[in-house]
Amino acid sequence: MNELSLHILDICQNSIKANADLIEITITENIDKNIFMIEITDNGHGMSKLTLSEVSDPFFTTRTTRKVGLGVSLFKMAAEMANGSCVLSSIVDIGTKVTAIFEHNHLDRAPLGAIEDSINILILNEREIEILYTHKYNNQIYIFDTREVKKVLDGIPFTDYNVIMWIKNNIKEGIKMIQEEESR
Amino acid sequence: MKSLDDLKKIRDAAQSKVNMRGKNDGMRVLVGMATCGISAGARPVMNTFVEKIAENNIEKVTVTPVGCIGECAIEPIVEILEGDIRTTYCRVDVEAAERIVKEHIIGGKVVLDYVIGKYRL
Ligand SMILES: Nc1ncnc2c1ncn2[C@@H]1O[C@H](COP(=O)(O)OP(=O)(O)OP(=O)(O)O)[C@@H](O)[C@H]1O
Ligand SMILES: [Mg+2]
Repeated sequence: MNELSLHILDICQNSIKANADLIEITITENIDKNIFMIEITDNGHGMSKLTLSEVSDPFFTTRTTRKVGLGVSLFKMAAEMANGSCVLSSIVDIGTKVTAIFEHNHLDRAPLGAIEDSINILILNEREIEILYTHKYNNQIYIFDTREVKKVLDGIPFTDYNVIMWIKNNIKEGIKMIQEEESR
Repeated sequence: MKSLDDLKKIRDAAQSKVNMRGKNDGMRVLVGMATCGISAGARPVMNTFVEKIAENNIEKVTVTPVGCIGECAIEPIVEILEGDIRTTYCRVDVEAAERIVKEHIIGGKVVLDYVIGKYRL
C-alpha cells in the first residue's frame, strides 16, 4: 500500500466489521514538530485485552492464522518505516482507537494520497456509517462530516453522480486550501 | 472549493428528477475490500464502478464494498449478483471494471476474460 489513505480505508474496514456506526478520522500535520499523525476512532464493539495484545504483537504478522490478519501489522510497519509508531487502544462495547505517528519529512513516509476516494467507499458501505474527517495542518483545520452532508441532501442518495463529485471535490480542495492558507 | 450551497443546488436538481430506486431490487456489484483487496487495487476499481454507473444513470444497480471473499491471490475480486445468478470476476483492474460496466452491466453479456475459474485462475 503506497498511500496512507489506503491504510486508513483498510483500518476503517476493521471498525465496520466491529459494527461501528461512527468513525472519526483525524489527520494532524505539524510541520514545526515534524509530525504527521493519523487517529482513527470508532464506536464498535471493541476488543478484549487478550485480542488487543495479540493484534499489537509484531510477531503476529508472520503468522498465517486466519484470526490474525495483515491490516494492523501493515499499518504499523508503514509507521515504523517513517521512524514513527502505531498504537491501539480499545474498550469492549465502547470502541477502538488506532493512533499512528510518522515523521512528516521522512523519505519513507508514504503520502496521504486520495483520501477522498477512501472516504467515498466508506460512505457507500451497505450498513450506513457516519464519517467525521478532520484534517489539521498547523493552525488550519478542515472538517468533513457525513451527518452535515446528509442534512443538506435530504434523502438524495450518496450514489448520485453530482453528489459523489461534490464530496470528492470538497475534500480534495478543502485539504489543499488549508495547506495553501498556512504557507501564505 | 465546492460549498454547501453548491450541494443544495445539486440536491434541488436531483429532487426534481427523483425516481426512487429500491435499495437491492436489481443488480448488485460487490467489491472485495479487505486488506488483500485494497493492496491489490480494489479502491480504484470500486470507484470506477461507482462513477461509471452513476455517470450513465444506470438505475437499480448498487455497488457495495464487502469483506474478504477468500481468494486473496486473485484479488481484486468483484461479484455481480442478479437474482440468483452470481458472476465472479477476479484480478479486476480499472480497465476491466470499465469493460464490465459496459459489456455486462449495460450490455448484459458476461466478460469472459475476467471470469474466475473458467478462463482465469
Ligand atoms: N476497530 C476494531 N474493532 C474491533 N476489533 C478490531 C478492530 N481492529 C482490529 N480488530 C481485531 O484485530 C484483528 C486483526 O486486525 P487486522 O486488520 O490486522 O486483520 P483482519 O482485519 O482480521 O484481516 P485483514 O486486515 O488482513 O483483512 C481483527 O480480526 C479484529 O479481531
Ligand atoms: Mg483488517
